[in-house]
Formats: sequence, structure tokens, C-alpha cells
Amino acid sequence: MSQKVAVYRKEHFNAAHRLHNPAWDESTNRQVFGKCNNPHYHGHNYELIVKISGVPEPQTGYVMDMKILSELIQREVIEKFDHRNLNEDCKEFEQLNPTAENIAIVIYNLLRPHIESSLDVQIRLYETERNFVEYPIH
Amino acid sequence: MVYITRIEHFNAAHKLYNPNWSKAENEQVFGKCANENWHGHNFELHVTIKGQPSNETGFVFDVKKLSIIVKEHVIDLLDHKNLNLDVPFMNGKICSIENLVKGIWHQLAPQLPSEVTLHSLKLYETPRIYVEYYGE
Repeated sequence: MSQKVAVYRKEHFNAAHRLHNPAWDESTNRQVFGKCNNPHYHGHNYELIVKISGVPEPQTGYVMDMKILSELIQREVIEKFDHRNLNEDCKEFEQLNPTAENIAIVIYNLLRPHIESSLDVQIRLYETERNFVEYPIH
Repeated sequence: MVYITRIEHFNAAHKLYNPNWSKAENEQVFGKCANENWHGHNFELHVTIKGQPSNETGFVFDVKKLSIIVKEHVIDLLDHKNLNLDVPFMNGKICSIENLVKGIWHQLAPQLPSEVTLHSLKLYETPRIYVEYYGE
């Protein structure tokens, strides 16, 4: 049996965004993205769950030190996105529509280089209590 | 007396900003909530009405009808909007949840049928922050 264990860290950030494809005209944007296309933006309380899977290290019993994981998420994700406008304030979304799907991919790419390669990383992002995405899919 | 609550939700952008102050003063008082480019929340609104259950229906008031009134007169004005820019009843007001809950009360109360007594509104900005208003 695999000795792998998954550990999870929950964080949250509050941000404004709008869904918009600059290659389309206004009416196409409104038709596809509906009220999410409001030019004055809207916003969400995003809840982020970062899952780290691996074999616990024998000396500590940890898959990963949760304090280190928490500080990493704060530095790489929360400080960039909390109380920001994802479209206007975040360079990650200059050329990318900030859907929940794309935000999850961006967060994965921000965190992955800082986590040991022997560990698997998965992002679950709640845009509302009822809408959430996961990346990558194992 | 029975109190019955309907919960609705809306997602909106806002900023906390006093136009009479400089940018620096706003940042000092409101911190990251003063971000000029907005931020946003999933708001949750609890509408509580009170009354005696009817002998005919057993209802204080049909909550489905209450939901339709709240949706038409409150949620449709707020959902996926910018509270500072898009909402007429918040014009000229600082978009704190304190002011927002009072604005919602004055928006909603006149729309309720005379047999319905609005008891309280509870407005959540995040799962950890909410305000209550009793119309006082």
C-alpha cells in the first residue's frame, strides 16, 4: 500500500474581477459572460485549498511543514490577490481572463516551483460556496 | 410571534473611500479596502420577518413570495455590480456594510405587503464579518 498522505491548507482572499475577452465585441462578451462581464467589475470571497501529497518524512513525520506552506501561500498568492482587482492590479491576468479555472492554474504555477518536486500539488479554488474548480486533475 | 428568515446572496465589488479625504488619508483609515481599483465579496443577506402564523396556511408569510420581493427589489440591484458605481441607493454614501444594510432596509421595507413586519436584516461580507440592522 502507498505510504502517501495528503495535507491541506486553507486560505482566503477577497478580490474584484470581470470576465471579458478583448478579442470580442461588447455584445458577444455580454452574451457569453452575462452579468460577469459588468465593466465596473464585481467580486468574490475566494477560498483556496492547497493539497500537498507525499510520503511523510521520517525525521519529522511531516509531508510538509504547514507553517512553511502557509507562509508560502501568503507570500506568493494572498499578498498578490487579496483586496485587488484581478484584471487591473495583477500582472498574471494582463493577458488572461480571470475565470476560476485560470486563477487555479495561475496559483498552481506560482506555488509549484517552491514545493519539493517529490510532492504532488493540487489546487481547489472556491469562487462561491457553490462554484469551485480543481487543478491539476489527477 | 414567529420569526422567519430568508437567505439570499449576491456578489459585488466595492471600495471604502471617503472622497473628502486625500488618497493617503483613505489608505490610512481603510487600509487595503481603499484600493482604487476595487475588490469584492460574496455577500449573504438574511431577511427576517415576524408575525403570527395564519390559521388558513400556517405561514407567517409565504417565503417564496418574500424571496421574489427581495430578489426583485434588492438582489437584482446589487448582484454582479459595483456598489460604489452601479447602485443608485448607495450614491454619495461610503459603501461599508453598515451603510449597505441600512440602504437595503430602506429599499426593501416599502416593498413588503402591509401584513408583513420586517424584523431584521443580517448582512455578511465574509463568513467572519457581518452586521445586523433592526430599522432603528
